[in-house]
Amino acid sequence: MERIPILRMGRLLLVTIQVDMHDRLAMTLQDDLTNRIVTDRATGVLIDISALDIVDSFIGRMISNTAAMAKILDARTVLVGMQPAVAITLVELGLTLEGVSTALNVERGIKLLDRGNP
Amino acid sequence: MSNNKTTQLESIISSHQAELLDGWIANLTSRLVRRDKSSESELRHQASQFLQLLATTLKKSTTVNTSATDWEDIRHLLAEISQSRARQGFSPIETANFVFSLKSPLFNYLRTALANTPLELSEEIATTSTLFDDLGLYTIEVYQKTREQIIQRQQQELLELSTPVVQLWKNVLALPLIGTLDSARTQVVMENLLQKIVDTGALIAIIDITGVPTVDTLVAQHLLKTIAAARLMGADCIISGIRPQIAQTIVHLGVNLEDVITKATLADAFVVALQRTGSTISYSDNER
Amino acid sequence: MTPAQGEATVLPLKTDEDVVRLRKQVREDLIAIGFGLVEQTKVVTAASELARNVLRYGGGGEAHIEHIFDGSRRGLAMSFIDQGPGIPDIALALTDGYTSGGGLGLGLSGAKRLSDEFEIDTTPGKGTTVKIAKWKQF
Repeated sequence: MERIPILRMGRLLLVTIQVDMHDRLAMTLQDDLTNRIVTDRATGVLIDISALDIVDSFIGRMISNTAAMAKILDARTVLVGMQPAVAITLVELGLTLEGVSTALNVERGIKLLDRGNP
Repeated sequence: MSNNKTTQLESIISSHQAELLDGWIANLTSRLVRRDKSSESELRHQASQFLQLLATTLKKSTTVNTSATDWEDIRHLLAEISQSRARQGFSPIETANFVFSLKSPLFNYLRTALANTPLELSEEIATTSTLFDDLGLYTIEVYQKTREQIIQRQQQELLELSTPVVQLWKNVLALPLIGTLDSARTQVVMENLLQKIVDTGALIAIIDITGVPTVDTLVAQHLLKTIAAARLMGADCIISGIRPQIAQTIVHLGVNLEDVITKATLADAFVVALQRTGSTISYSDNER
Repeated sequence: MTPAQGEATVLPLKTDEDVVRLRKQVREDLIAIGFGLVEQTKVVTAASELARNVLRYGGGGEAHIEHIFDGSRRGLAMSFIDQGPGIPDIALALTDGYTSGGGLGLGLSGAKRLSDEFEIDTTPGKGTTVKIAKWKQF
């Protein structure tokens, strides 16, 4: 079955979404991520969407839900690399992903997570 | 609009195409303001294309209703001619004359052909006249639309010129807004700012609205949208240059700026931005 | 001249993968017309929302994509057609945050905000057709 790979870097998990996701794939990713947070004892999750050219309400909801679930599992989530056109569209759509931390790129995202977990 | 089928028009055009063309061109060039070789040959080309197409359309079509599908090719050709004339700066009258000046040579032939049947002649002339009026009005309509497009494009170019995003410091951008903010302009502003955030890797953008005369609900919403989009990408915004009247309107309008950092001046905002991005500021005592 | 003008491309919407295919097709059409990146993203997102609605609430259906021209502007029109249960209360369905399917309730209202023209035609028990259009600005 098709899956999006999750990389481990110390106590951080990195997901780089590079395919145009259909809904089932997004749900699988959410399951995989929450499982890995527990098995890898991760404290931070980076979701890199710099290669995504659209984020619709379903993927948006998957991201905020994943961040909320991660928080319950004591891990912080940072969403990185959103394209300007995607950001404008999401705002127009009415989705501002409140409660999800964001950063411009993976490097910045790691810094943000490090600052939160000294 | 007449739906009568003209009986004579098609045969007259087919049998006198060359003469008609000459008469028409003479008529056209006499009204042409700027005359040169290239415009004359272009005119001849367009005119002969039109005549040929008119003849074939009249032959196959059962109606002279120019909005019918049979007339699509004619409409398309006229639209092209009209558009190119609008771009070249022709006046609407010059543009419409292309069609109208074919009327009188055609009428001449109709009169000769139907000299013995005055009733038929008057009917033919009425139908032909309506047909050419329709076509002429269509060229004017396209002309008008093309001019509107040109104006819109120029407005767009002006918009892009009027919204610079400047880098103030490492990781700090400033967007000094001057003039009225409407939807179209905000869209451009938003795109420019977000792209610049990607290009420079900025963490903070200062939106200075000192030069914005009024802030209504719509403008405030546009600002909030820009800030929300920047946040989604990982950058924070500070709004500076809020004048007292604008602060009053914002509160009266019930716009919620609570989650947004606001500062009175660009300088204040800059200090906050420096602190937040990890730069330190020190003042020396030896001020003169 | 747009060769595709007047003829609609018809795509089935039966599976999740069909939605991805639709997004790709819509993107290609928008690029062909000359839409800018932001407009492309908005329309593809709107298409994605409406295609999902067809799949989730309409039990599958199809999408029609058509190039349009009004004499001076070019654009893209799309229809999303299903033979599902229909929408009993359109005004309610268009309210931000209202959902009957456990989503965010931004599908219809969001798609409306992202397009220039929005039409909805629904008959309870018969199905729903949502038509949107976007015109290319200069």
